[in-house]
Amino acid sequence: MIELIDTQRCTGCNICVLACPTNVFEPVAGQAPQIARQDDCQTCFMCEVYCPEDALFVAAYADRPATAAEITQQSQQWLGSYRAAVGWGKGRQSTASADQSYNLLGKA
Amino acid sequence: MSGIEERVGGREWRADVLVIGGGPAGTWAAISAAAQGAKVVLADKGYCGASGATAPSGTAVWYVEPEGRKREEAKASRYARGGYLAETAWMDRVLEQTYNNMQTLADWGYPFPLDSEGEQRRISLQGPEYMRLMRKRAKQVGVRILDHSPALQLLTDHDGRVSGASGISRQKNQDWRVEAAAVVIATGGCAFLSRALGCNVLTGDGHLMAAEVGAEFSGMEFSNAYGLCPAFASVTKSAFYQWANFYHADGRLMQGAGSAQGRSVIAKALQSEAVYARLDKADAQAQARMRLAQPNFFLPFDRLGIDPFSQLFPVTLRLEGTVRGTGGLRIVDDQCATSVPGLYAAGDAATRELICGGFTGGGSHNAAWALSSGFWAGAGAAQFAKSHQLSASVHLREQGGAGLLDAQGQPLDPGQLIKAVQDEVFPYQRNWFRRGDELQASLGRLDTLWQQVRGAAPASDSEQTLRLREATAMLAVSRWMYRSALERTESRGMHRRSDYTSLDSAQRHRVLSGGLDEVWTRHQPLAPVDEQLLAGQAA
Repeated sequence: MIELIDTQRCTGCNICVLACPTNVFEPVAGQAPQIARQDDCQTCFMCEVYCPEDALFVAAYADRPATAAEITQQSQQWLGSYRAAVGWGKGRQSTASADQSYNLLGKA
Repeated sequence: MSGIEERVGGREWRADVLVIGGGPAGTWAAISAAAQGAKVVLADKGYCGASGATAPSGTAVWYVEPEGRKREEAKASRYARGGYLAETAWMDRVLEQTYNNMQTLADWGYPFPLDSEGEQRRISLQGPEYMRLMRKRAKQVGVRILDHSPALQLLTDHDGRVSGASGISRQKNQDWRVEAAAVVIATGGCAFLSRALGCNVLTGDGHLMAAEVGAEFSGMEFSNAYGLCPAFASVTKSAFYQWANFYHADGRLMQGAGSAQGRSVIAKALQSEAVYARLDKADAQAQARMRLAQPNFFLPFDRLGIDPFSQLFPVTLRLEGTVRGTGGLRIVDDQCATSVPGLYAAGDAATRELICGGFTGGGSHNAAWALSSGFWAGAGAAQFAKSHQLSASVHLREQGGAGLLDAQGQPLDPGQLIKAVQDEVFPYQRNWFRRGDELQASLGRLDTLWQQVRGAAPASDSEQTLRLREATAMLAVSRWMYRSALERTESRGMHRRSDYTSLDSAQRHRVLSGGLDEVWTRHQPLAPVDEQLLAGQAA
């Protein structure tokens, strides 16, 4: 589930508010948005992909919030990692062009 | 044709075609309708581009080149697993349309990978890239996109033609209404808020709206797909588990367990013990390729410091319902019209029995169906709109409204209703394996819940209204599902009856269903088995 909006990185652009399919975020004037409806998070990681500032962290757990210790321990090293993996962001190329599915499917 | 007319600023529009749902099927429908000259509004419950089962995922596509016997083999390969319910003519046209639409995607700049020969390989799509491109194309051709705008009710004219919809703009906290001469339902399947990847927007809303104007369903017994997934995570990418072995908690190999046919062994084991997996069978090359094929597959593992190739991790089966089931709205012609005038259906909201019978192995057929049925439904709706334009003075009325309307009782708690429906459809002992008496007992409880919905007072605010409507849609879907499952007294495709374990050749028909207060089923006969496909399979 979504656990963290890094307020150092967040510019308050509210792209995550728009992109989240389950309307988890709530905009706050002049600030980072709030995680207002965490329980509605479906752990799809799309907010991370859409965040231009790499400011969001979605924990792996789908059915429960992460503990404070887990968030501290896990979040910083993964900020922006999924966006990089799909090749979105300035100076990057979409990794759709590196998709190896054609070498995998039906070949186990 | 008229332009998109904004009747009340930011709230009410008039167009030719309204598409409800902005995943692959909905965006293809919108673009295809616009190509016919229609003015199109697309309303998505979330954000068109990020919403639905495809966007956060990678998906295989049933893309088969026309050369040689490839398509004959592709059609024959799944015929038996689908219970001989697919139709050759539909498979042919979906294979051809999918082939053409993938070419279109290439023309639009989708970055298909190149093989060592420098040829584009088009058998898969990366969700974020694909859906970002589809949104961009829809906007370029003038489609008006309403994000975070769940539809609640369809509108009809005095002849009963579907003529638009109304709903809620969640982020504006106001209502919306679109009057349109034709409507495409592309709201996806129903996965019952199981948190399967990207599926929590898929609560059967379109099914309920369509049923409220009298639309029919087909194949709702084929609704018990479950995706393999780490027990703690959302990432239901079953395909990669073909490289897995499955284990008991003490590390012993679980005999017979597997990602395909062996999934039943896992479903049975999960009723009494934890099941573990490890992707033992992937060599170094396969491991590297998997990361490039499905970056999302590794997110939960990486974040928890688990190496799925060398370490055991617990797995579960999350219900994907009709998302990777095959049942849905009944299609009555080549344009994907439903049985209700002015109403079209595409993607997972529609039945996919036409191309894969009672079983899909994963995203492949569903992705091809979304591309194709969306394309046809959009064009069909645009043509319908040309010959049935709304007059300036037409009076349209909201239809149905289960869970929305005034009654005398207490308001229902949507959370409790959701839990009550999930308790009937999640358990493997009820839904993976089905039995007549259990289905009857579930239906008794579900019918009682339906009466409670009918007697309840409306919710107090728009958020609660939406949740209650979603819960009501799930409830409606569960009743068509189990009534159809009860009707099919055999095992066929993904529908497994523990009291009727074998296929009964006398039941090679479709099970149609519908109705709200009274749920009905009836049989629809099929043309004889395609002997050529049978022979192709044996070959």
